Amino acid sequence: MSVVLAGLTTGLPHPLLTPDANPGYRRLRDAFAEARDVIRASGAERLVLYSTYWPSVIGHQAITDPNPRWTHVDELFHDLGSISYDRPVDAALAEAVVDAAKRRGLSARGVNYHGFPMDTGSVTALELLDPDCEWPAVVLSSNVYADRAETLVWAKATRDAIAASSRPTAVFAISSLSNRLFTTFIRPEDDAIHSPKDDEWNRKILQFLSEGRLEDTAQLSRTIQQQIRVKKVVNFKALWWLSAVAGPHNRYHGTVHAYAPVQGTGAAVVTLRPREEGLGDKEFDEDDVEVWRGDREVLS
Amino acid sequence: MTMNPGRIVAGALAPHPPHLVYAENPPQNEPRAECGWEMLRWGYERLRADIERARPDVLVVFSPHWQTYVGTHFLGLPRFQGLSVDPIFPNLFRYTYDLKVDVELAEAIAAAAGATGHPVKMMRNPDFRVDYGTIISCHMARPTWDLPIVAVSSCRSAAYYSVEVMQDQALALGRATAEAIGRTGRRAALLASCSLSHRHFVVEGDLPEDMSREHVTSHHNYLWDMRMIDLLRRGRLEEVLATMPEFVNQAVSEADSGALSWLIGALGHDIAGEVYAYGTVIGTGNAVVGFFPPEAA
Ligand SMILES: [Fe+2]
Repeated sequence: MSVVLAGLTTGLPHPLLTPDANPGYRRLRDAFAEARDVIRASGAERLVLYSTYWPSVIGHQAITDPNPRWTHVDELFHDLGSISYDRPVDAALAEAVVDAAKRRGLSARGVNYHGFPMDTGSVTALELLDPDCEWPAVVLSSNVYADRAETLVWAKATRDAIAASSRPTAVFAISSLSNRLFTTFIRPEDDAIHSPKDDEWNRKILQFLSEGRLEDTAQLSRTIQQQIRVKKVVNFKALWWLSAVAGPHNRYHGTVHAYAPVQGTGAAVVTLRPREEGLGDKEFDEDDVEVWRGDREVLS
Repeated sequence: MTMNPGRIVAGALAPHPPHLVYAENPPQNEPRAECGWEMLRWGYERLRADIERARPDVLVVFSPHWQTYVGTHFLGLPRFQGLSVDPIFPNLFRYTYDLKVDVELAEAIAAAAGATGHPVKMMRNPDFRVDYGTIISCHMARPTWDLPIVAVSSCRSAAYYSVEVMQDQALALGRATAEAIGRTGRRAALLASCSLSHRHFVVEGDLPEDMSREHVTSHHNYLWDMRMIDLLRRGRLEEVLATMPEFVNQAVSEADSGALSWLIGALGHDIAGEVYAYGTVIGTGNAVVGFFPPEAA
């Protein structure tokens, strides 16, 4: 078993750039530090991130630049400041993910160009989880057209590559929970979850995750998308990816390190450690797809 | 000395596939191409000449690839330099840019839009990387980069409200843009940086400029492109606006960004467009179209 830890974190830059503008941002920042201790304790030797803040169109992408360096500015939250990064990447593992994806029928490629725009979510999560570059990372994109089946295959390709090298690995999905943000400028001290409904759903998701019910939560993804996701992309995919990589079951020791609003969205830091006992498998409704055979184009 | 009232001397639908800059092989772009997408590039050459004849002193560009979910943002520093690497096609576009901004006009447009109640923000972080849509449309319309620009973000209200709300906001922003141009005495050329139908192929050949692979993704999208182009060339811009929500939904158009509605709002009345080219780029439909409001008698 080479995935030793799974996690879910926000990718918005406020906890990194303005942690003291709101007590919630500070709690999130501290929670990233707690998650770092959990990573250390897990024995993980590297991190793999799937970022919903990195959309890809031509299949799926992985950063294969062994040392991405840049000064990043978010296109929306540019007034919070700049993020200078200089990160170690496990390029061999990234290449292996791309190769495994191709074997499973996906279009995939590595990107190794100086100045390639690493997304705010990945940069933020890496800088907060691992400010001292203790672990090399792999950063993976989220294809805009992909729905569940394709996302699962992308995750299984990731799992193939991790298993082949058999080094202990921590995997993180970078996503908000509810993603409805305030569409006017707010003062940071006024930040709040956009609606009570979003808040209730976020808390329900976090309750499930704290009970270690990762696959149960993943199976709720379509409902989550309908209930608390602004429809920017086809579906809420982060937990599909995470569960398929870490193991699609409910036998985890879950910890919610923090939950707080960022610009109205539900932001959290969660870790899930695999364990032997647990709530057991429920009656799952969804397919367990192994190979991507393309869109079925049933109407064309 | 009294200032002449400013005016919009040119408007253009100026799509930004990075493939076009790639195929032009300018010194700023690192990858080299053998050929490709000539009809679109030759169309851009003729647009370029007509814009030149209109003697603008600023380019105002609205880009779908500066996506802001809170308000509309404007570049707010006089100069930006850097390297732009396309996140989708990094193999084709790695472009070193150095551009000037007409900050006074940008602030005037922001003020005019803000006065209507729309949230606006000036972008004043010097480390900011200018989006590739802005760079590509400006390069194709004016590769000499001898004019300052105003860069306008795409406020993504569709996901939060509806396509109609987002297009209405873009239309109002267009009117505010025209008002600010008038008040500041500029001769402005406006660039709406977007494709028409916008479904990509999700695989790319080893040779991106292999034109034997290039065609529109679907007949359905082609029909939509032709319908919209027909309206543009006949100058039926009101009808373009009325059709916009259906077009955006049916043809997954990049006009969803508001770029075309913004241009129509700024032009302010029906005017026939000169269609310089139509062509597809990795399956998406692209038209280069110019609008030249006549000088007042
Ligand atoms: Fe685009």
